[in-house]
Amino acid sequence: MVTLTIDGKKVTVPETFTLLEASKKLDIYIPTLCYHPKITPFGGCRLCIVEIKGMKNPVTACTTPVSEGMEVTTTSPYLERLRKTILELILSDHPNDCMVCEKAGDCTLQELAYFYGIREMRFEGERRRYTKRDDNPFIERELEKCIMCGRCVRVCAEVQGVSAIDFGYRGFDLKICTPFEKDLSCEFCGQCVAVCPTGALRGKMWTQKGRQKGVKEVDTICPYCGVGCNITLHVRRNEVIRVTSKEDTVNEGWLCVKGRFGYSFISSPDRLTKPLIRIAPKGCEAADPRRAGESPYPLSPTSYESFREATWDEALDYIAERLKEIKEKYGPSAIGALASARCTNEENYLFQKFIRAVIGTNNIDHCARY
Amino acid sequence: MKSIIVKVCMGTGGIAVGGKEVLDAFREELALAGISASLGENCLTHRVGCRGLCARDVLVDVVVDNEKVTYQYIKPQMVRRIVNEHIIGGNTIKEWVVDEDYHNFYRKQIRLVLSRCGSIDPEDISSYINAGGYEALRKALFSMTPDEVLEEIKRANLRGRGGAGFPAGVKWEYTKKSPGKIKYIIANGDEGDPGAFMDRSVMEGDPHSLIEGMIICAYAIGAQMGFIYVRQEYPLAVERLEKAVSQARERGLLGKGILGKDFDFDIRLKLGAGAFVCGEETALIASIEGKRGMPRSRPPFPAERGLWGMPTVINNVETLANVPYIIKNGADWFLSIGTKSSPGTKVFSLTGKIKNTGLIEVPMGITLREIIYDIGGGILGDRKFKAVQTGGPSGGCIPAEYLDLPVDFDSLTSVGSIMGSGGMVVLDETDCMVNVAKFFLEFTQAESCGKCVPCRIGTRRLLEILERITGGKGKPEDIELLEDLSHDIKATSLCGLGQTAPNPVLSTIKYFRDEYEAHIYDLKCPSKVCKDLITYFIGDSCTGCTACLRVCPAGAITGEKKKLHKINQDLCIKCGACLDVCKFNAVLKA
Repeated sequence: MVTLTIDGKKVTVPETFTLLEASKKLDIYIPTLCYHPKITPFGGCRLCIVEIKGMKNPVTACTTPVSEGMEVTTTSPYLERLRKTILELILSDHPNDCMVCEKAGDCTLQELAYFYGIREMRFEGERRRYTKRDDNPFIERELEKCIMCGRCVRVCAEVQGVSAIDFGYRGFDLKICTPFEKDLSCEFCGQCVAVCPTGALRGKMWTQKGRQKGVKEVDTICPYCGVGCNITLHVRRNEVIRVTSKEDTVNEGWLCVKGRFGYSFISSPDRLTKPLIRIAPKGCEAADPRRAGESPYPLSPTSYESFREATWDEALDYIAERLKEIKEKYGPSAIGALASARCTNEENYLFQKFIRAVIGTNNIDHCARY
Repeated sequence: MKSIIVKVCMGTGGIAVGGKEVLDAFREELALAGISASLGENCLTHRVGCRGLCARDVLVDVVVDNEKVTYQYIKPQMVRRIVNEHIIGGNTIKEWVVDEDYHNFYRKQIRLVLSRCGSIDPEDISSYINAGGYEALRKALFSMTPDEVLEEIKRANLRGRGGAGFPAGVKWEYTKKSPGKIKYIIANGDEGDPGAFMDRSVMEGDPHSLIEGMIICAYAIGAQMGFIYVRQEYPLAVERLEKAVSQARERGLLGKGILGKDFDFDIRLKLGAGAFVCGEETALIASIEGKRGMPRSRPPFPAERGLWGMPTVINNVETLANVPYIIKNGADWFLSIGTKSSPGTKVFSLTGKIKNTGLIEVPMGITLREIIYDIGGGILGDRKFKAVQTGGPSGGCIPAEYLDLPVDFDSLTSVGSIMGSGGMVVLDETDCMVNVAKFFLEFTQAESCGKCVPCRIGTRRLLEILERITGGKGKPEDIELLEDLSHDIKATSLCGLGQTAPNPVLSTIKYFRDEYEAHIYDLKCPSKVCKDLITYFIGDSCTGCTACLRVCPAGAITGEKKKLHKINQDLCIKCGACLDVCKFNAVLKA
């Protein structure tokens, strides 16, 4: 443990702490853009500069380790002037179209520009321009808004282990690139979108669905698999318009492509809301007229069989009856069961127990069995 | 029996003007004349490294019975006459011999690191060993403990020749003390400053001195592996270093059990891919690790956590090349050269508007005047000296009032410039200082890695303001804006590149503010350089020869034969072709 002084206050922290972490412990706020608590410090945005007694130039709090007896100043007119210059420089190469930006209200850059009261542009000059691309349904890259904090690059490499993107080019032309500048073609987990402090990366499905106002956040669990990630649904007018995850959850805020972007089923007209019982095969030729042409997917031959709506009681009774009949007539091995990865571990456990102990067969399998 | 040695400069400068052809011509002519046959081994043709005065290349030494004559500007077709008249006939060809200026160039120099450049064959280890090479290593290994070696370097106060001047011994000591099973040494040969070729000349002309320095350092700090990071734009240096490393390995100077001692050390070459920022130590380390060459914040310093997280000494090539000399001759000898705070010598590449452009090595503390007028021979065309730009693109411009400034690390910093790696660009009255600042900013902003905001965007904005000023669109508040922004970039940038990039701007504003003001308020470029602020016109001395008319690419010049010509200002693109071609000084700038 080392003891140091930050803005006149003494604090004792482990020697592995950085100045930023130590300041956080004292509840001292230091502005940051490229810093993210879950990934390696970068030191690129330079906003977290602080002064250390005895050192000529300010240092970045996010990268500087604490040491015994250090005397740190996190704010002074001089430091604030430097921070303001940095923000002015960033904004001198930023579209500043907060009016229509999806990130408005939730944007770190916007918030800092507000707190530093940046109105006039001291530095006019060239701005980056890029043509839009990326033929994928999930992630929109608006590179003009990128501030090169590198959070996306690091989260992709360090958290997801994919390294689908990295820095390319130099100087003012620096940009976040895919290999050979091809279209983004990764697993689309959207971790990069989650950590982007500006509107440079966003979900394509979120476009013009609503920002902060009138949006209710509902914490729930992702229904896709047994991992049980915590997710937060952003609901506006009873419609889920976005899914995020909070940092202090079991999944630390990270999600996969399904959890983050696979929520359209919620209000899909294709969604099953009641049990359906299949009508006997002789009715096969009559396709359900209600479903024709609605589904984006070609109907499989079995889809042409008709179903009728039923109550849960009726459906379960029907299943129990048929299982019994089959077991009696053909024996337990005539029955096979498939479990689902979308159920919890407990549900899957119970299901195989039911098949093995009640039905009496080992014909049980699971979609996630490799 | 006569002993004959012919030494041909085969540095990059020498090769560029035909050194290889001259050497071949000598071999051919000597064979034709039957001299090689009759004199056998005693007639040697050597390729040698850069000897500094590149402006006079190809330089050839002809040594007959230990009597050396140096010829300048030699071309292959001149070789036969040298062989016939000098080598066979015994008569020196006086008109081709170097003049007094050549000797003046060397008179005030102390050539230490460069002492073997230009005299030994860099591709032959025995040539180095015969010239006293690897004696220092033997001395260190057999009569000194590692701590004694370290102490000697510390006492010699050898300061890093790469720019910042940090004491090498202190760096070594930190690395030695840092916990870590594996330790590395990196020689930084990523010399990227425009117009700088100090390290290149050492690597090309005397590669073993660097290798010897690295082995001694390894012995002192207990390192097992060394890397030489050299730019791939230096193919000759790469080739010669590769040869030198493998020759050293064959002789048991690298590898396991060096010179029979229980000491293992080996060296590998790592080629840079052309990024200026990779000269910055943390970016260089990232590059060796196979990552994008981007600097990271320090601390931790490489001495603590460097290559692959291990304690690493990273020194400039020239610094390491000094080491064998210090160990061989002792720290006291080294301290007797140069100044108290900056002992030893420094290699500079002297370029710009100077007569003797080339590579020089001078004792620290020599004045700028001595360098420019005594060694450099003064300004081209005997024009007026305006400033000297030291330290490469991150350095500053030093005006005439500081010509008597003694050159060392601290004095250069005190006047707003830096030693840098040793680039020295001489500027005269025909250079516009705003344009000079713009030139260097063009370089640094393009070479910024882009990681941090002030360097990525700030230097671009600086450049844009400078472009505005030289383009005649400067605003009164621009000078202050340049100063403020420069200061903030220096204070907030992550690495040395951004922290020094505004130096050319700040120093030119400090010493040549009037030129900035002339551009902004009077819309005039006093040195008549900035295109947008000058006009070309034809004066009365025009004879109507039509030379300018024919050369003008824009068709802007009209006029009949033997009559006064005229430039149409609307069409003129200000390329200056007319001025260059006019024999009557009739084309004028205003």
